[in-house]
Amino acid sequence: MSNRARMSPVRTGLVHLALAAYTVIALFPVFLTVINSFKDRNAIFRSPLQVPLPSTFSLIGYKTVLGQADFLHYFQNSFVVTIASIVLVLLFGAMAAFALSEYRFRGNALMGLYMAIGIMIPIRLGTVAILQGMVETGLVNTLTALVLVYTAQGIPLAIFILSEFMRGVSDDLKNAGRIDGLSEYAIFFRLVLPLVRPAMATVAVFTMIPIWNDLWFPLILAPSEATKTVTLGSQIFIGQFVTNWNAVLAALSLAILPILVLYVIFARQLIRGITAGAVK
Amino acid sequence: MGSLQLKSIRKAFGDHEVLKGIDLEVKDGEFVIFVGPSGCGKSTLLRVIAGLEDATSGSVQIDGAEVINTPPAKRGIAMVFQSYALYPHLTVKDNMALGLKQAGTDKGEIETRVTKASAMLSLDPYLARRPAELSGGQRQRVAIGRAIVREPKLFLFDEPLSNLDAALRVQTRLEIAGLHRRLKATMIYVTHDQVEAMTLADKIVVMNAGAVEQVGSPMELYNKPANLFVAGFIGSPQMNLISVERLPELARAGIKTIGIRPEHIALSRESGEWRGKVIHVEHLGADTILYLETEVTGLLTVRLFGEHRYDADDIVFATPDKAFMHRFDASDRAMA
Repeated sequence: MSNRARMSPVRTGLVHLALAAYTVIALFPVFLTVINSFKDRNAIFRSPLQVPLPSTFSLIGYKTVLGQADFLHYFQNSFVVTIASIVLVLLFGAMAAFALSEYRFRGNALMGLYMAIGIMIPIRLGTVAILQGMVETGLVNTLTALVLVYTAQGIPLAIFILSEFMRGVSDDLKNAGRIDGLSEYAIFFRLVLPLVRPAMATVAVFTMIPIWNDLWFPLILAPSEATKTVTLGSQIFIGQFVTNWNAVLAALSLAILPILVLYVIFARQLIRGITAGAVK
Repeated sequence: MGSLQLKSIRKAFGDHEVLKGIDLEVKDGEFVIFVGPSGCGKSTLLRVIAGLEDATSGSVQIDGAEVINTPPAKRGIAMVFQSYALYPHLTVKDNMALGLKQAGTDKGEIETRVTKASAMLSLDPYLARRPAELSGGQRQRVAIGRAIVREPKLFLFDEPLSNLDAALRVQTRLEIAGLHRRLKATMIYVTHDQVEAMTLADKIVVMNAGAVEQVGSPMELYNKPANLFVAGFIGSPQMNLISVERLPELARAGIKTIGIRPEHIALSRESGEWRGKVIHVEHLGADTILYLETEVTGLLTVRLFGEHRYDADDIVFATPDKAFMHRFDASDRAMA
């Protein structure tokens, strides 16, 4: 709070009120999902806003989900797809961003624009073509198909954000590396990447959440039992006529955990990146 | 060893020509300073010598060997940057050793050279620290140490003192001068600060708009500026450059501008050549600097040694010392 002197208590209070209100609104659905996942079916419908009481407390949803032998497998699939995609997006995104920000070549600006178009056009428009391609290459019902699609989906934003940050890395530092005989790869991996780590963490978070939550591509490209992701797996509890709400809510609550863990890891990277001494 | 030869170096970014054919010779052991206003191409020229920028055309020879196609690490140079450019994740010691490690130098040799350099720059207590834990002056010493351990043929300095505060700047300037005496190495130094140039250089290269205006020792440039630009650039306070509009006898001799340094003007309250009014006085202790408005010359700066009692609005007479007067013709060149 460096500017405390300039903020009156009333203004500070109002700002905090607004932020608190937004936090409540944003977290409320999550809160509702979690509390209801611990209640029995009748209690969910009779008093959905009430926290679980000893009389209504029930773990039946979790038992159903974890009893479903494949569910851990679904988690594993989601995890593998998300992690692999993040790694590839960060690696290729950062490399492309370095090339675009560091080297002067003909068509540099045009290439940057072409990459940026990927942010504006949703990849789902190409679903039919992607499916055809996957069928041709025999990648349907493999996790590879999902990883490839998500990598393509994440790279444009990664390039956009990272190239801006890489322009901010001191030229002198890169040149010092060149004079000391570091190769361009060493300059990229050892000098530039550590300095843009906060941006990498941001990109990782933005990339990870839509991938983890996606239902569309798992449903179309990899619906087989062996390759189902959590979001797709949860659908078995939602039927046309009967929906097992206990199980659905429990599955959704469980699905929050891994992504939360990943988020905490990246957030720590973000802070470490900010506090690491920069050039000056 | 450590000579440098530049032959008609040109550099263009698109249509914009930054270096317009630079020729220069630097002898072994010389301390050469490129000086000029910002955007004059001096840093670009240094980068071309280092191999960090490709010249559009021309030749760069270090010790007689053409290096235009040699990567920076193989040119036998070391560079000190304005922003220090230390590797943030390495300790002081590793910062200094990295270049040698990359070159495959033997471990014992690296150790000896780092120890020697760190003793020379009194960096011993800081060897295990990271750059973030050092002050600005210490970081710049590490950057200089990193250059020394490479034992280069050429030292390149890119405005190394610009980020330091005034007191530290003077101190580091002395250290660099001492270093040059001890190492007897060839050094090329870029700055926009003419005081640094005057105090450090054996030879100053004054640049403007991508071309060399004049090359010479500090006193040559001070006493015999080749043209109006050098006359105005070298010396502080600036030389008075007076248009001859109101000095018809000089105009008839083909002179367009005369130049007279502030320290070469005598001041009197009674009589003299140019009558004027004092606008402002700066008392610096060792010097007193007066700004006059005279009818003939317009604004005139006068530098008197020691303390003098003049106040704003005093009427005074200024007389230039003709022996130190510089004359420039219509194309701004100095006349004999």
